Amino acid sequence: MAVVFAKTKMLCEKPFHYCPGCTHGIIHRLVAEALDELGIGETAIGVAPVGCAVFAYDYFACDMMEAAHGRAPAVATGIKRVCPDKAVFTYQGDGDLASIGTAEIIHAATRGEKITTIFVNNAIYGMTGGQMAPTTLPGQVTTTSPYGRDTSHCGWPVKVSEMLSTLTGPAYIARVSVHDVPNIKKAKAAIKKAFQLQMEGKGFTLVEVLSTCPTNWGKTPQEALMWVKESMIPAYPLGVFKDVTAQPATPEGGAQ
Amino acid sequence: MAIVTVNEDVCKGCGLCVDACPKKIMALDSSRINKKGYHTASCIRMEECIGCAFCAIMCPDVAITVEK
Repeated sequence: MAVVFAKTKMLCEKPFHYCPGCTHGIIHRLVAEALDELGIGETAIGVAPVGCAVFAYDYFACDMMEAAHGRAPAVATGIKRVCPDKAVFTYQGDGDLASIGTAEIIHAATRGEKITTIFVNNAIYGMTGGQMAPTTLPGQVTTTSPYGRDTSHCGWPVKVSEMLSTLTGPAYIARVSVHDVPNIKKAKAAIKKAFQLQMEGKGFTLVEVLSTCPTNWGKTPQEALMWVKESMIPAYPLGVFKDVTAQPATPEGGAQ
Repeated sequence: MAIVTVNEDVCKGCGLCVDACPKKIMALDSSRINKKGYHTASCIRMEECIGCAFCAIMCPDVAITVEK
C-alpha cells in the first residue's frame, strides 16, 4: 500500500495548541509542505508573530525566530539580508500584521524585501479573548463591539492585500481561503508560488489566508467554515492581486 | 480499499473530517474520549473508503494518515 497522505517532515511531532477546528493547523501544514516540496525547508528561517500563532516556532522543523508584536517583517528583513540564499518567511495574524505591525509590513513590502509573509486573517483578536481587530467585518459581534462593529465610529476593515498590491515592491500578493478542500489546494499552490518567487529574487511576496476562530466567533467549527464562505469571502474577495510573472493580457483584437 | 489512521492523541474532535468525507464514513466516537477529553474521529466503514484523503487535507491537527 502506498501512503496517500501523511504528516510532512517539516512539521514537528508536537501537537498544535490551537482550539478544536481552528484552521491555523491547516495553514501551518500548507507552509511546511510548500517548503518541503520546494526543497528549501532544511535551511528555511521563519519568524513567528505575537498572537495565537506565537508558538509557531515549536511546530515548524526549521529555524525559527520570535519577533516583538508586529515586527516580524523587520526581523525577517534582517535575516534575509544576512542570509540572502535562504527562504525567509513570517507567519502573522491580523492583529499582529494589520494593527500594531502595519508600518513594518508596508515598508517591508515597498522595499521589496525578498521574504514571504503568510498573513492569517480571521477578523478577530483570538489569543486575547476575541476583541475587535482592524479586519473585523462591519456588524460583527466581538467582546469590544457587543452590538456589532459600528462603522460610524470604528471605521471599515483594512484590506491588506488590496492595499499592498498598489505598491511597486511586492512581486506576488494573493488572498486564499481554507474553508474547503478545493480552496485548501489553491491556498497551497499560492503559498508555494510565493516561496518560489522569493527564491527567484523577484521581491516581496504575501499570501493572505482567510481563517476561522470558532471559539471567539461563538460558532462550531462547521459553522465557522460556513461563515468564512458566506460572510468573509464577499468582504475579502479571493484572488491574485499582484503577480509580476503574470503574462500581460492580450489587448482585445490584438495578435493572439 | 484504503486505510485511514487517526492519531487519537492529537485529534481534538472538531469533526471537520466528518463533513469533508464524500462517502460519509468518518464519525466522532461519542462512547470514548482521548487523554485530552475529546471524542475522537475514526473511519466507521473502512471498506467503503476511496482514499481521497479529504479528511486528512481538512484536519487542522494533521492527525490523519491515509494509505491506498
